[in-house]
Amino acid sequence: MSDASIDTPASAQAGDAGFGDFFALLKPRVMTLVVFTALAGLVAAPGAIHPVVGFAAILFIAVGGGASGALNMWWDADIDGIMKRTRRRPVPAGRIGPDEAFGFGMALAGFSVVMLGLASNLLAAGLLAFTIFFYVVIYSMWLKRSTPQNIVIGGAAGAFPPMIGWAAVTGGVAMESVLMFALIFMWTPPHFWALALFMKSDYDDAGVPMLTVTHGRRSTRAHVLVYTLLLAPVALGLGVTAIGGPVYMAVAVIVNAMFLKGAWTVWRRNEEIAEGDGYRAEKKLFGLSLYYLFAHFGAIMLEAALAPFGLGGW
Amino acid sequence: MALSRQHEIHKRRFSRNLGLGLVLAGFVGLIFGLTVAKVGTDGFNVQSESGVDN
Repeated sequence: MSDASIDTPASAQAGDAGFGDFFALLKPRVMTLVVFTALAGLVAAPGAIHPVVGFAAILFIAVGGGASGALNMWWDADIDGIMKRTRRRPVPAGRIGPDEAFGFGMALAGFSVVMLGLASNLLAAGLLAFTIFFYVVIYSMWLKRSTPQNIVIGGAAGAFPPMIGWAAVTGGVAMESVLMFALIFMWTPPHFWALALFMKSDYDDAGVPMLTVTHGRRSTRAHVLVYTLLLAPVALGLGVTAIGGPVYMAVAVIVNAMFLKGAWTVWRRNEEIAEGDGYRAEKKLFGLSLYYLFAHFGAIMLEAALAPFGLGGW
Repeated sequence: MALSRQHEIHKRRFSRNLGLGLVLAGFVGLIFGLTVAKVGTDGFNVQSESGVDN
């Protein structure tokens, strides 16, 4: 170790991170969504799974999601340090060294895939391995910095958890699990682009080719509306499958109507109006998008919970 | 420079060690639970299917 490295604040702190710093490396907020959607896939799947095996499967899926978050933070530390939203993350803040984050992420990735394979089946483990690979290599390393479609294609990584939960029970892939994947996949672009519209300078400063930077804000507003229009039939289509039912359909109709109204409002506004009220409609749409998935997957779980009483499903 | 007993680094190391200890203890419990679950279901099914226990 050189003298220079001893004197830098970052290296003085790296290696002495607290437990909370390592937990933050797993992106706990993203993990909540992973756990929730994977649980929905697991609960809605036909067939039975031992509760302990089900719990272990969800835990290992969450750990795998956390591992990809840690590897993403390792790779993106340079741009995370520039963006206001991310500069306090453990690696850019210097609390955890990049090598440490890489080792931690790789170890957890291997551990979660092997353990999921042992606890459930090889298909679920294979899907988890592919999800980590997709998020880290395809999205973080390749697409994020090279194309404005980064969010669209990269969104696939976040869409796999319900499919993995489903596969953990059934050992297979079905139309229902593919539609749950499609629901998250189609939801991701309007969710992120609504955020990009009001986190104005962040992506510019970091040089990330977000749609707002490459195609302008007018085009981003149009993209938000188009993807929201495409999302609605997917959400409603899921309602007529075996895992849907009246409760899910009612939730889907109401939430999609609200989401479409929000996207329509965002599309009709221009920058002058948005700046005038502090991006109120854009922030509202982003806030609604956070509840969107919880509402749909919550309804799927409710349908499954009502089924033993003869109330769930069609 | 000698570190005092109450230095913040000690607190951070303690939190990390405690956290890791609890995670490992939880993992041991989980593996035990998985073993019981697997043996309790798959194990007996295999036996009855093969007719060993008849």
